[in-house]
Amino acid sequence: MTIDRILVTIAGLSLSGWIGWFFWFSERKSTKVETMESGIQEVVIKVKGGYSPDVITVEKGRPVRLNFYREETAVCSEQVLFPDFNKQAMLAPFKTIPVEFTPDREGEFGFQCGMGMLHGKIIVE
Amino acid sequence: MPSETSDIPIQSGKSRPAGPKDPVCGMPVEETTEFLSDRVGTRFYFCSAACKGKFEQNPEKYLAPTTEGAEKGSNSNVTASHHAASSVDKSSRETAQIQIPIVNMDCANCAVTIEKQIKQLDGVKKVNVNIATGKAFVEYQPTVTNSRQIVGAIKKAGYKAGQSSLTLRIGGMYCGSCVTKIEDDLLRKPGVISASVDLASETAMVQYIPAEVNISEITKSIESLGYTVRDGAAGEKAEPRKEGETRDETEIAHEQEYKRLMRKFIFAATVSVPVVFFSYPNLFGISNLMRIGTASAEIITFSMAFVTLIVMFYSGAQFFTGAVAAFRSRSANMNTLVASGEAAAWLYSTVAFLFPSVFPSQQLAGQFYDVVAVVTALVILGLALEVRAKGKSSEAIKKLIGLQAKTARVVRDGAEKDIPFEEVIVDDIVVVRPGEKVPVDGVVVGGTSSVDESMITGEPIAVEKQSDDEVIGGTINKTGSFKFKATKVGKDTALAQIIGMVQQAQSSKAPIQRVVDQISGYFAPAVMILGVLAFIIWYDFGPQPNLVFALIVLVTTLVIACPCALGIATPISLMVGVGKGAENGILIRSGAALETAQKLNAIVLDKTGTITKGKPALTDVIAVNGFDENELLGLSASVEKASEHPLAEAIVNGAVERKVQISDTQSFNAIPGKGVEATVNGKHVLLGNSKLMKDAGIEIGTSEEKSRKLAEEGKTPMYVAIDNRFGGIVAVADTVKEDSKSAVAQLQKMGLEVVMLTGDNERTAKAIARQVGITRVFADVLPEDKAHNVQKIQMEGKKVAMVGDGINDAPALAQADIGLAIGTGTDIAIEASDITLIKGNLSGVVAAIDISRATMKNVRQNLFGAFFYNTLGLPVAMGALYPFFGILLSPIIAGAAMAFSSVTVVTNANRLRAYKMKTS
Repeated sequence: MTIDRILVTIAGLSLSGWIGWFFWFSERKSTKVETMESGIQEVVIKVKGGYSPDVITVEKGRPVRLNFYREETAVCSEQVLFPDFNKQAMLAPFKTIPVEFTPDREGEFGFQCGMGMLHGKIIVE
Repeated sequence: MPSETSDIPIQSGKSRPAGPKDPVCGMPVEETTEFLSDRVGTRFYFCSAACKGKFEQNPEKYLAPTTEGAEKGSNSNVTASHHAASSVDKSSRETAQIQIPIVNMDCANCAVTIEKQIKQLDGVKKVNVNIATGKAFVEYQPTVTNSRQIVGAIKKAGYKAGQSSLTLRIGGMYCGSCVTKIEDDLLRKPGVISASVDLASETAMVQYIPAEVNISEITKSIESLGYTVRDGAAGEKAEPRKEGETRDETEIAHEQEYKRLMRKFIFAATVSVPVVFFSYPNLFGISNLMRIGTASAEIITFSMAFVTLIVMFYSGAQFFTGAVAAFRSRSANMNTLVASGEAAAWLYSTVAFLFPSVFPSQQLAGQFYDVVAVVTALVILGLALEVRAKGKSSEAIKKLIGLQAKTARVVRDGAEKDIPFEEVIVDDIVVVRPGEKVPVDGVVVGGTSSVDESMITGEPIAVEKQSDDEVIGGTINKTGSFKFKATKVGKDTALAQIIGMVQQAQSSKAPIQRVVDQISGYFAPAVMILGVLAFIIWYDFGPQPNLVFALIVLVTTLVIACPCALGIATPISLMVGVGKGAENGILIRSGAALETAQKLNAIVLDKTGTITKGKPALTDVIAVNGFDENELLGLSASVEKASEHPLAEAIVNGAVERKVQISDTQSFNAIPGKGVEATVNGKHVLLGNSKLMKDAGIEIGTSEEKSRKLAEEGKTPMYVAIDNRFGGIVAVADTVKEDSKSAVAQLQKMGLEVVMLTGDNERTAKAIARQVGITRVFADVLPEDKAHNVQKIQMEGKKVAMVGDGINDAPALAQADIGLAIGTGTDIAIEASDITLIKGNLSGVVAAIDISRATMKNVRQNLFGAFFYNTLGLPVAMGALYPFFGILLSPIIAGAAMAFSSVTVVTNANRLRAYKMKTS
C-alpha cells in the first residue's frame, strides 16, 4: 500500500469515528428556562434550519410557553410538532408563535418539524 | 345641597366602603395599612408597596381626579381620608349599567342567589336578574366596582357569565409599563372581564361581554393609547389562533415560498445549461476550446467556478444555513448531506483548477461544477414541487376552517343586527335566512327549513329542521328562514371541536412513526460515514484515476440519501387520512387509533342506539273481530296521545305516519302495571297487557298465539279492546336502522367478527341479531358488565373495537382496543372514544375502519418506498454495481432521484384524497 493510501485510510476512518461521536454521543448543551413574574416558564426559540436553543430544561407542573420565531421561509420548518403533548403549531415566518402547555410528568420529550428533520428536546425535571 | 356629602359616613356602612381607597388601583383599603403617603396635607392609603411606589413617582397623575372630585363634592370640610376616597363621591351620581348574560341559570331560585351575591359588592346600586331572558341587569358605580367583580360575583354564586375571548396582536410595546397601561385601560371599560397583555408574544387576551363592548371598541381603545393593533382592526378568535396562525397565512407563505424556490430553480437551471455544456467538451465537440492550459479553458473554468459559487449561495443558501444550524445543535439532516456533497464537489474542482500541480497526474484535475449546479437545481425543484403537494394534503382542515360563518344576525333589543360570529353569546336568538350559514350551534325556536349538514356529518341528504331541533354551526340553510337559540359558541361549537380534534390527531404520532424516528435519528450521520468509507475503499482499491472515482462516489452517496422521504412518509399520509375521515363525519382522534383500527379482528356493537334507532316505533297492527286496522290504530293512538309512556309516543307517531285520524279523548285513566283506558268518540277503549283484558273479562282467543310470536321477534305487543270487545293487537319495537344490516354484512366481509352486546333480554336481542345477521350475542348484560364482556373477547386474543353511544358505554369503549362513539348532533367531544362518528349510524363504522386501512396501507407504501429507495440507492451510489456491471451512478442522477423521492411520497399520500368511502 502506498503512503497516500495509508494516509487517506487513516484520515477517513478517524473522520468516520468523529462523525459518529459528534452526532450521536457528544453531550448537548441544555438551556434552562427561566420563570417569568407571571409564573410561566418562557423562552424564545429561533427557528432557522434547526431550533436554537434545541434542548430545553423546564420544571414539572409549571406552565411552559415556547415562543417560536421562524427566521426562514423554507417550508420544512413551518410546522412544529409535540407528539407527546399532542400539540402542533404552524409557524408563520417572521412571527412569534407561542406554544403553551404544562408538563405533568418528568422525562424527555422531543419536538420536531413536520418532516422529522429538525429535532429538539424538552427535559422536564 | 350640603347634606349630600355629609350623608356619606352614615350611609357608607351599607353601600360604600367606610375606609379610604387606594388612589392608584381604586381598591378599598383599611386605614391601618402600613402603606401610607402624605401629600399636599392629605394622607393617602395604599393596598401594597407597588401602588405606593407608583403614586410617589407621579402623584399628580393620581391627585388630579381627586381634587376634581372634591370640588364636585361641594364641601371642602371632608376629612383627609375622605379626600382620598372622594372619587366615590363623584361617582355617587355617575352610574354605569351593564347587562350580563348568564349561561347556566335554570330556576327562579338561581336569580335570587345571583342577585344576593352581586348586591354584596360595594358600589352596586341596583341588581335585577331576569330568569326569562337569562340576563343580569346591574347598575353600579364604575369607580368603585367593575364588570370583572360583578362577573366574579356571578361565578361565586355558582353560575357562569356568557363571555367571549379575543386575542389581539399589539405592536409598539417596549416595556413592562406598556403592559400595565393597556391592561388598566381595558379593565376600566365596562364589559371587559379580564385583560392580559403579554409582551413577549405581543398579544393581548381579552375576555369580554359581547353585548356590552365589541372588538372594534377594544381595538380603538388600545390604539388611542398609541399602540398599533396588527392584522387589521378585525379581531381574531382566541382559541384556534393561540396555537399557531390561521391556515390562510400558511397558504400565503406557501405561495411565496413556491415562487421563491422557483426563482432559485430557474437561476440554477439557467446556469446549469452552459456549465454542463462546457463540462463535457468531448461530447459537444468543443475539446479544442477546453484543452487544458489554453487561455479559453482558463477563462471558462474560472467563470464556471464563479457562477456555481453564486448558485450555491443564492439558490442553495438554505442547504448551507440549514447545515450550519443543524451542526450547532449536533444533528445532521438532508441539508447537511446536500451541503457537504456540493461543497466537496466544488472545493475539489476549484483546487484542481487553481493548483493542478498538487495532483500527481493531469487526469485527476477534473472539474465537477456541473454537479454543483445541476444538483442544486434539482433539489430546489423537488422542494418547490413538495410545497405545492403539501398544500393539497392539508386541504381537508382548510375546508373545515372555511366552514365557519363570518357573521351572525342576532336579535338584540328587538332589532336584527349583524355581528361577527365571535360575539354571539349563549342564549342569543340568531336569525338564519335561506342560503346562509348557521353561525353557531343551537336549538331552533321558530321557523322551518331544510339544512345541508353534509360538511359536518357527511350525510348527503338535507335535514328538515323545526322547533326544538338542533342546528350545527357551519352548516348551510337551504330553503326557509328560521330562528334559533345559541347553545354553544366559540370554542365549544361542534365545528371548533372538530377542527381541534383533527389538528390534534394530525399532530399525533402513529406508533410506527416512533420506530421510523429512531432510525432517522441515526440516518444522516450514518450516510456521511458510509460516504467516507466508500471514499476510502475507492481510493485504496478503485481503478485509476482513483481520487476522481472516490470523490464521485462520496458526492453521489451524500446526495442520493433522502432522510426527508423517510421522515415525511407517515405524517403526510396521516394528515390526508385523518382529513379525509373528517370530511366524511369520522373523527379519528390519534395516529395510534388509526393504526390499531386496521388491525381489528372483532367488533362489538351495542344494540340500542347503535344497531337500532334507540326509539320504539310502531311495527304491527293486527285487527280481529271485524275491526278495521286503521280504526284500531286511530283509537289506540287517540288513547295514547294522553299518555306519557314512551311506547305511547311510538303508537301516536305510527298513526301520524299512516295518516290515521287521531281524536280527542274523554275520561282518560291510566291503570298502573296494566295499561290505559279512555273514551274516544263515544267508544270505550282499553289498551294494555293480557292482565288488563282478563280483568275486564275480555276474551283474547287465538290472538294470544300471535302476540307470543310478536314477542319472539323482539316486539312489544299491546291488546286493544273496543266497547268491551277484543279489537286486536298493536305492536311496537325498537327498529333497526336502515343501514345496519348492510353495514354488518360489510364488516363481516372485511373479516371482522361482529358481536352484539345488550342489556335487553335474550329473546329481543336474538330477534334483532337475526334481522341484521349477527350470530354472536351477549344479552342481559348489565351496563357495568359491558367492559367485562369486551375483555372476554380480548382474552380470545382478538383486537376488539367497541361501538357505543359514549355515555353509558364509556367504560366499555375505554376497555376496547378501539372505542368508536356514535355521536348525535353537536355532542362530539366524547372522551372515552378513539374514533367519533358524527353521523350516528353503522355505515360510519365501516367507513372508519376502511379509511384506517387505506391510510395505513398508504403509510406502508410510503415507508416501503422510502426504505427501499434508500437501501437500494445507497449501495448503488457507493459503487456496489461497479465490480460486476461497471455501473457507477453520476451525482446528477443521484440528485434527481433524491429530489423526486420525497415528492413521490407526498404525491402518493395525496392519492388518498381521491379515496372514495365505502358505503353500504
